[in-house]
Amino acid sequence: MGNAFRNAAFAAVVCFAPFGAVAQERDRTAEGIEAYREALKDGNPAELFEAMGEELWKKKAGPKNASLEQCDLGLGPGVVAGAFAQMPRYFPDTGKVQDVESRLLTCMSALQGIDTREHVEARFNTPKKNELVALATFISGESKGKPVKVSLAHAMERKMFELGKRMFYFQAGPHDFSCATCHGQEGKRIRLQDLPYIPSKEGAAAGWTSWPAYRVSSGQMWSMQWRINDCMRQQRFPEPVYASDMTVALSLYMAATSNGAIVATPGIKR
Amino acid sequence: MKNANIAAILVASAALLGCASMQSAGWGSAADDASFAEMIRTGFKAAGPVTLERLKQDETQAFCSDPVASQSAASVKKAEAIEAANLATVKFPADGKWLGDWRAGERVAQSGRGLTWTDAPNQANGGNCYNCHQISAAEISFGTIGPSLYQYGKLRGNSDEVVRSTWTKIYNSKALNACSNMPRAGHMGIIREKDIQDLMALLLSPDSPVNK
Repeated sequence: MGNAFRNAAFAAVVCFAPFGAVAQERDRTAEGIEAYREALKDGNPAELFEAMGEELWKKKAGPKNASLEQCDLGLGPGVVAGAFAQMPRYFPDTGKVQDVESRLLTCMSALQGIDTREHVEARFNTPKKNELVALATFISGESKGKPVKVSLAHAMERKMFELGKRMFYFQAGPHDFSCATCHGQEGKRIRLQDLPYIPSKEGAAAGWTSWPAYRVSSGQMWSMQWRINDCMRQQRFPEPVYASDMTVALSLYMAATSNGAIVATPGIKR
Repeated sequence: MKNANIAAILVASAALLGCASMQSAGWGSAADDASFAEMIRTGFKAAGPVTLERLKQDETQAFCSDPVASQSAASVKKAEAIEAANLATVKFPADGKWLGDWRAGERVAQSGRGLTWTDAPNQANGGNCYNCHQISAAEISFGTIGPSLYQYGKLRGNSDEVVRSTWTKIYNSKALNACSNMPRAGHMGIIREKDIQDLMALLLSPDSPVNK
């Protein structure tokens, strides 16, 4: 894989910026990172996770010894192409708005007879969670290049959108942080990391359309559930329950705000 | 450098506007309180030392979680009351020492550690300062959510008033701006009195690289 090499190369780009004309150096650093991302696009390791996800999608598993191929991601049983671009969405069979990961839990349970509690409880970067991340990566990749088209037609979708927006501004914890602390203003950074301004279409798209993404710094493939989990960790909040309404509401808020932007998953990140 | 200067001015003006610059059209006010509370209740679990207690808002947090109402003309009195209540929490240094060691202050400013569910509960917490502020010129990896603090003391001097207001801002930022994005580092027990003394030296001491 050469992950170690890639990480080292990345560190070199980021860290060996000499002091001096500070703003200029910063621009050069940003350019370096951009060039590095471009170079990596030729061989985004996320492709391996897509392949792994596709295999899991087609593999018979669970007490019912069935594959996930008849899973309804919103466009009918078995339709994967374009489904991710229209998620989260309301599903009449569960009566819930679901993102790709919560929907996968439903399908694993209904089609394969799997008790998904272990998947929900498992920590990220353990085999059970990695299955879901790989599946989400595969499914998201099947919407690559399509415009985000998330519906707010159903009352539950509108309700979840408003809940997600309210969650975005919810401050708590020892640092008084909310999502908006970092993502509520245009053009800001944490250290050198640019922060998308999520209430704008462009910012929401920067956040929404590139996850799941391969993270070069950690050599890990992250889903949006994982991304939100780590945001909440840094907010000093307790840990989000995997695939909970809270995480889906935030996702729907981001996705619907980015409507029309082009899905670029799986992405590649610092 | 011209662009950098303009950027600095823009950052400073944005800081003056504070939360008022937050875009506000709609913030989820259509979500009813009961559904929201239920979503919070089912959305989180305790992790390591971080319990669900963290999600219980105090009055300041509840007020500032509504970016429309908290910035409205009708809320000016409420915002002032919140600032007064936060001001009342500020504890000035017990030993009368305002300025500690700027080198130790730089370490506190650099560190963003502490109070997440992956941090060891007994480790020293950082101040998270560079995440949002430019401070010394040598550190080019700084955030821009807060204004630049480079040359903080050189520009302001160290009169009694400057010293006290700087301490107040670090100890409890909401004493001066009800919905500041800055954490209440002293009031919430994020950092200790000694850390504040050291940060004060970083910002105000003539020896500090911030003021060179």
